[in-house]
Amino acid sequence: MTKHQYSRRFFLRSSVAFTALAALPAGVKAFYVDVENVVLPPKQTLPLKIKVNKREYEVLADSRTTLLDLLRENLGLTGSKKGCDHGQCGACTVHINGERVLSCLTLAAMVPGQEVTTIEGLAEGNELHPMQQAFIECDGFQCGYCTPGQIMAAVACVKEGRTGSVEEIKEFMSGNLCRCGAYNGIVQSIQKVAAQ
Amino acid sequence: MRPFAFQKMNNAAEALKDKKAEAQFIAGGTNLVDLMKKHIAQPEALLDVSSALPKDIAVSGRGLLIGVMARNTDLTLNKDILARYPLVARAVLAGASPQIRNMASVGGNLLQRTRCPYFYDVSTPCNKRKPNSGCGALHGAERMSAIVGYNAQCVTVHPSDLCVALAALDAEVKIMTREKKEKSISFRDFHKLPEATPWKDNTLPENALITHVYIPENPFHQHFAYLKLRDRTSYAFALVSVAAALHLENGKITAARLASGGVAHKPWRWYEAEEFLKGKAPSAEVFAGAAERVVKGIKPLAGNAFKVPMLKGAVETALENCITQESYKQ
Ligand SMILES: Cc1cc2nc3c(=O)[nH]c(=O)nc-3n(C[C@H](O)[C@H](O)[C@H](O)COP(=O)(O)OP(=O)(O)OC[C@H]3O[C@@H](n4cnc5c(N)ncnc54)[C@H](O)[C@@H]3O)c2cc1C
Ligand code: FES
Ligand code: FES
Repeated sequence: MTKHQYSRRFFLRSSVAFTALAALPAGVKAFYVDVENVVLPPKQTLPLKIKVNKREYEVLADSRTTLLDLLRENLGLTGSKKGCDHGQCGACTVHINGERVLSCLTLAAMVPGQEVTTIEGLAEGNELHPMQQAFIECDGFQCGYCTPGQIMAAVACVKEGRTGSVEEIKEFMSGNLCRCGAYNGIVQSIQKVAAQ
Repeated sequence: MRPFAFQKMNNAAEALKDKKAEAQFIAGGTNLVDLMKKHIAQPEALLDVSSALPKDIAVSGRGLLIGVMARNTDLTLNKDILARYPLVARAVLAGASPQIRNMASVGGNLLQRTRCPYFYDVSTPCNKRKPNSGCGALHGAERMSAIVGYNAQCVTVHPSDLCVALAALDAEVKIMTREKKEKSISFRDFHKLPEATPWKDNTLPENALITHVYIPENPFHQHFAYLKLRDRTSYAFALVSVAAALHLENGKITAARLASGGVAHKPWRWYEAEEFLKGKAPSAEVFAGAAERVVKGIKPLAGNAFKVPMLKGAVETALENCITQESYKQ
């Protein structure tokens, strides 16, 4: 008996609610837009001139765009990978002015005036960069997801002269994680290039 | 990420003029961009100070003046730092990764926010992220939390390695206030304990800029060590870390510095142990005595008692490394 009453009341209530809701969407949307305009600052689109792999690009990008997203989404350079998007894996490593950085924590708006090099810019025409060649010869990868970041970091590691010992290489490559565990091949690749 | 207006600043005066409470400065971006992605920092405007502030490292008077935009990597390569303050380079090399150190500025390192998991998880309470919402870490996962200086408001630790070395070396933080007044804050007073305002990490006035860090002359370029214990051998924040530095004359310790990371809301100095070391000849017993004084009376949380013996061992080892290792070899 009580159960029946409850259901009846529930039915009445919910039909009222449904009727109200049906009339809402347009209102809700307008309300949401109003709130958004009050609570959120407007989006800002910036014209950016960015030099990647020796080529100048002019793009319009939301101020929130990271260099990684700009490369992948706007410029179609999908070699740089998004592993974590929070600075913890190194998959997005690129060079800015010849030095390794994380593109996922770099705002594209801060890049104009600097030179970006990505994995796509490493080879000279059809000739692979020695580090790319070494990764192939030493089995420096399995699935290959971390590899562009590993290679960009490895090139920098050699340039920085941090290849004195296996321990030193490991320490200076510790910002690049490899889920497949290709670490031994990566260290060998670096030793090989450092010895050249 | 919340939308924001982006502005590139040309100099400190311009940056200060445009700084409103809703705006934030951005330097290397390695901390701020991460926090913005997580909706923890939600500035309405970003003022890019990366080319607006000094980045040179230069001998000044009897000390060293480091421009706030010097990158963390610069601190590991600079000749004067390696010759006179190698402890600083050591501490920096123990932190983050080469990529992050290439991006990170000195100022950003001082002002980086905590790595407490409750600060990062916006669905949990955290007084630091949301004032007066409570502390999720207390009675929660306390493993990474503080063992000294904490209160019920906040039990987190300061994550920086560089700051531990700067605390040990009595550095000074040079700032410029909104009114363009230049001031100097001693490192000891720069970071604070949670007190009743755990959402504030430091004593930098609202809207002020850091312009330089100054390290006064000291004799600690020969016997020093930075020991960092963590869950993996590299690329992780400290469970505990120890910066140790000794000056020896005629076989006696004439000055000692001991500081730790991973133990408190701020880089922590162990003054009593420093005093104890003074005037003694270095030996395993003396170092054990100093470590004893470091951990004496520490009341850890229920979930991180392991940090106490770990700290004790770290202090002993760091002090031993000061004299046994060729610690100045880079
Ligand atoms: C995966 C990872 C691991 C890490 N590991 C370690 C570690 O082991 N040890 C360690 O010490 N650090 C570590 N870090 C932290 C890193 O050192 C900091 O993120 C970095 O130092 C911040 O510097 P930044 O220039 O990038 O700061 P930003 O992110 O640009 O800024 C940080 C804050 O400082 C403010 N700010 C910057 N410059 C100024 C200025 N001149 N005046 C006033 N305000 C300013 C900004 O407004 C912002 O609030 C790690 C970071 C990551 C992402
Ligand atoms: S995607 Fe940039 S570090 Fe993981
Ligand atoms: S090769 Fe698969 S993650 Fe490194």
